[in-house]
Amino acid sequence: MTHVQRRLAFFVPAAALLAVVLGCGLTRLPSFGLPHSEYARYITEHAPAQRHVSNIVSSVVFDYRGWDTAGEELMMFAAVMGTALLLRSGRDEERRRPTDVMTSDAVRIAGAGAVALTLLVGLWTIAFGYLTPGGGFQGGVVAAAAALLTWVADSYRRHRAVTPATLVDAAEGLGAVGFLAIGLLGLVVAGSYLQNVLPLGIPGTLTSTGTIALLNAATGLEIAAACVLIFAEFLEEYVVTVPGPTPEDP
Amino acid sequence: MQDVLLVVAYTVVMVLGVCVVVTREPLRQTLVNGFFGLALVLLFVVLQAPDVAISEVVVSTVAFPLVLLTTIYRVAAVRRSADEDES
Amino acid sequence: MSVYPYVVAGVLFLAGLYGVVTSRSYLHLGLCLTITQSSTYVALVSVGYLSNGQAPITQGRTPGKPFVDPIVQAMTLTDIVVSVAVLALVLSLALLAQRTHGTEDPDRMREVRG
Repeated sequence: MTHVQRRLAFFVPAAALLAVVLGCGLTRLPSFGLPHSEYARYITEHAPAQRHVSNIVSSVVFDYRGWDTAGEELMMFAAVMGTALLLRSGRDEERRRPTDVMTSDAVRIAGAGAVALTLLVGLWTIAFGYLTPGGGFQGGVVAAAAALLTWVADSYRRHRAVTPATLVDAAEGLGAVGFLAIGLLGLVVAGSYLQNVLPLGIPGTLTSTGTIALLNAATGLEIAAACVLIFAEFLEEYVVTVPGPTPEDP
Repeated sequence: MQDVLLVVAYTVVMVLGVCVVVTREPLRQTLVNGFFGLALVLLFVVLQAPDVAISEVVVSTVAFPLVLLTTIYRVAAVRRSADEDES
Repeated sequence: MSVYPYVVAGVLFLAGLYGVVTSRSYLHLGLCLTITQSSTYVALVSVGYLSNGQAPITQGRTPGKPFVDPIVQAMTLTDIVVSVAVLALVLSLALLAQRTHGTEDPDRMREVRG
């Protein structure tokens, strides 16, 4: 028997058993669409008044369940570190720098506009994350996409110039450390980690919600830097396959 | 009306998910995965979850295609150069 | 309708596992793992849904409709962004495996020895 057939022989009865267990479990869940969570009812009733926040999900992410988010951030940090370690170590030293300059003027002009627009949308999504749908996680990836568009619009050299490795690494570390440090502020002032201790402000403005705004910004910085790092590592792998010969940049 | 929308959204997600698994060739599978991401976004919007929908849009439009396509190109290039070395 | 969303989540989970078991390439394996992860997102967000509910944003709300569960949405959105880094890690392992062993087929790799 081939390997696949041997694995399937194990998998099919195990999957059948799993399907039975899942079926028994999932059909005993409360009916789809009926309210059953007391915690959810409490949060939706009291979060806007307690935290002066409009996007209740963001108050759950950065305040009520802030400790889980700290774990997710560290998970992201560790995964990016692992990726960078794996891909940077297996790379040989001498590599010709590709010169894949985009020559079409239409693409360059449209790309320049697209980079600016995407960066603006990314920063706006991060900044207004606790007032409208959005937040540090979503906006961070959009901001990393803006850096990626410089590669599409111009050339790989320009992309590396815009995202130098030392700056991106430092920004990612700063974001992660900033998140943990703001939690320490809560510990020092009020005796519990990640407690919301800053003034809450007027609901609906950018200066509301206390530490949620700061944690949101730190998360946006860290996710943006982490995604830029991942994209840069994979792009570095890809540009080796760009066919030469490569004339010098004019 | 809401019920019909929900049933359609769930069915599309299920069908596209199975299609992603069944497609074997990596390049074609990346394309089908893009459609699956779109179906997930529509499902999350119908389920009144805009934050999750924004997350899924951004991730499946920007991050997944880049990471997958660069790996596919690199793997194909390494395989091509290994074949050239052998022949 | 009361149990269909969970059936969909179960089907996605098992389909992803089947893909991992019968995979011939690490790229295919990585994507099937993300299908399994997506089944958990579908299950989580479905648990929190209320019939005739509205999104948990207080600006622009329609009065009278209840808010859907924000806690499962919080769990899901952080998960989706972190899954990018996890997929990147799996793919970089695939690249390294191909570089050292010359193949990206998980079955042929066990026949290759040092």
